[in-house]
Amino acid sequence: MANITMNYAEAVADALKLEMRRDPDVYVYGEDVGKFGGSFGVTGYGVFEEFPDRVLDTPISETAIVGTAVGAAAAGMRPCVEILFMDFLPIAMDELCNQAAKFHYMFGGQMKCPMVVRTALGAGMGAAAHHSQSLEAMLCHIPGLKTVIPATPYDAKGLLISSIRDDNPVAFLEHKMLYSLKGEVPEGDYTVPIGKADLKREGTDVTLVCYSSMVHRCLEAADGLEKDGVHAEVLDLRTLIPMDKDAILNSLAKTHRLVIVHEACLTGGFGGEIAAIAAGEGFDLLDAPIVRVAGPDTPVPFSPALEAEFLVNAPRIIAAVRGLLG
Amino acid sequence: MAVENAALKPTLLDLYRTMTRIRTFEETAHKEFLKGKMPGFLHLYSGQEAIAAGVMSVLQPDDYISSHHRGHGHLIAKGADTGRMFAELFGRVDGFCRGKGGSMHIADSSLNILGANGVVGACVHIGTGAAFACKHKHRGRVSVIFLGDAATNRGTFHEALNLAAIWDLPAVYVVENNLYGVANCQRDYMKVEVAGRAAGYGFPGVTVDGNDVAAVREAAGQAVARARAGQGPTLLDCRTWRHWGHFIGDAAAYRDPEEHKAWLKRDPLILAADLLRSEKWATQADLDRIQAEAEEEMLAALDFGKNSPLPGKEELYTHVYTG
Repeated sequence: MANITMNYAEAVADALKLEMRRDPDVYVYGEDVGKFGGSFGVTGYGVFEEFPDRVLDTPISETAIVGTAVGAAAAGMRPCVEILFMDFLPIAMDELCNQAAKFHYMFGGQMKCPMVVRTALGAGMGAAAHHSQSLEAMLCHIPGLKTVIPATPYDAKGLLISSIRDDNPVAFLEHKMLYSLKGEVPEGDYTVPIGKADLKREGTDVTLVCYSSMVHRCLEAADGLEKDGVHAEVLDLRTLIPMDKDAILNSLAKTHRLVIVHEACLTGGFGGEIAAIAAGEGFDLLDAPIVRVAGPDTPVPFSPALEAEFLVNAPRIIAAVRGLLG
Repeated sequence: MAVENAALKPTLLDLYRTMTRIRTFEETAHKEFLKGKMPGFLHLYSGQEAIAAGVMSVLQPDDYISSHHRGHGHLIAKGADTGRMFAELFGRVDGFCRGKGGSMHIADSSLNILGANGVVGACVHIGTGAAFACKHKHRGRVSVIFLGDAATNRGTFHEALNLAAIWDLPAVYVVENNLYGVANCQRDYMKVEVAGRAAGYGFPGVTVDGNDVAAVREAAGQAVARARAGQGPTLLDCRTWRHWGHFIGDAAAYRDPEEHKAWLKRDPLILAADLLRSEKWATQADLDRIQAEAEEEMLAALDFGKNSPLPGKEELYTHVYTG
């Protein structure tokens, strides 16, 4: 299969088009996904053009977007709906967490809910408190949901295809600062398995466990550390639920030091879960305390000066690793 | 009760049988609950039987329904096995949800019942989503959504009905308007009548005597035909009365005893029985036989449900994910 260079948004669109061609039950709907092409331009990469009858604009009705997807999925369809910003997903938490996530379980396995909710998370574009959050930890607390969070165009396409084909409800989290990121993507159909981490860079001294845009910050940090002779391993989780515990523990067996990096606020963040697993199941592997590098426990501010202070960057990761290595 | 068509004769007897079976199921469950044998909450459908029986009588077997926390009547009217229903109410492994749902999540997906639901107003989206599937995948089917009057105050009601309207979905919203949201009287939480809310979405809202099973059947027949013909949704505002409190244990002291007495005289079973006898479509002996058969069925169903095994501990961990 030949590779094409495309950006992350195009890769998402490519997955949508391929799955819509393959499966007539896949429908896309959400706010401004039709003629407008999606507020981040995803469906504008030919998805609406090719499927004008299956890419549908909705009113501003987040609970209806997610809630009707539950009913449509239970009635045999495979909706892939869009919530424009992840900050708006809490509006539809009953639909996602009480309904979609529990449909299979509470009805004793009688019904399935094969649906995907795509949404854009993350800070970095001056969008302030209501358009910038990373709320992935909130979803990971709800059994029945899968949470997928790709960092590259290759993973975005392969994981979205897997998510659409999955018979469980999947929250598919796209970082808005990654939409323009270019990468090599195979033409045509391929899948990336849900629940498998990707070792982005091998190293021996410290493991940086990360996901989404922080994968790129960690790779920058690893480059910087290399200059000091520190070999950092970078592990991109790619999916949070299910989590690839083995990949984390295998890496710790090699490096014996763990730094967890996420953009989301520190307290109650998914990093705490990773740390608990490392401490509980990998205690003997660790030679040093676990360190978390995360956003501060504040809302995301507007001013570029403050937003930059909020965001985790490579120097902060490097400083954390240096502190750990002493 | 205005009946112009003698063709109702055989149907009305069937509807009476369905209503009697629902009432008898609920009375049996009530007794068991008071004995302390049944876990959880119990919301009885008694008094509202004409709505489930009347609406379901105009549906095809593969049409979808979505229901709420007071959902036993919907399952029975659509044909669910009452033994498996009792098993679910007792948390047993032969229950429709293998004992993991209970009364508030009771469902039989083989009959395209998308479940009772523990969240007021959630069914409005679920059923609207099923209507979306009917439009795009299962052409010719319809989706009927049962909800209470208090659920029309949820934001989900507004978002779903607006979406159903703009997409011309084959949805019928059946509001079982029993005038109370738990202890809150409707006049204290709404300034308009439920049927009037449909005007805000641009489709018909029809007020129906929800205790008159023939009237429910007539109104539902028109709404379902409209949906099946691709002409969009309808809201039915079915006026009714629950015979008990919101749940068993709620004495419903907030309701006027005189109003309660007046509504009990308009019990949907009494109204249907009166008509059957006055039109000479059935004798009292026929009605007594229907009652006796229902009691016999529910005794056997209760016996099956109570004696079904409890789920094994491993059941806790199954069905979290599929595939």
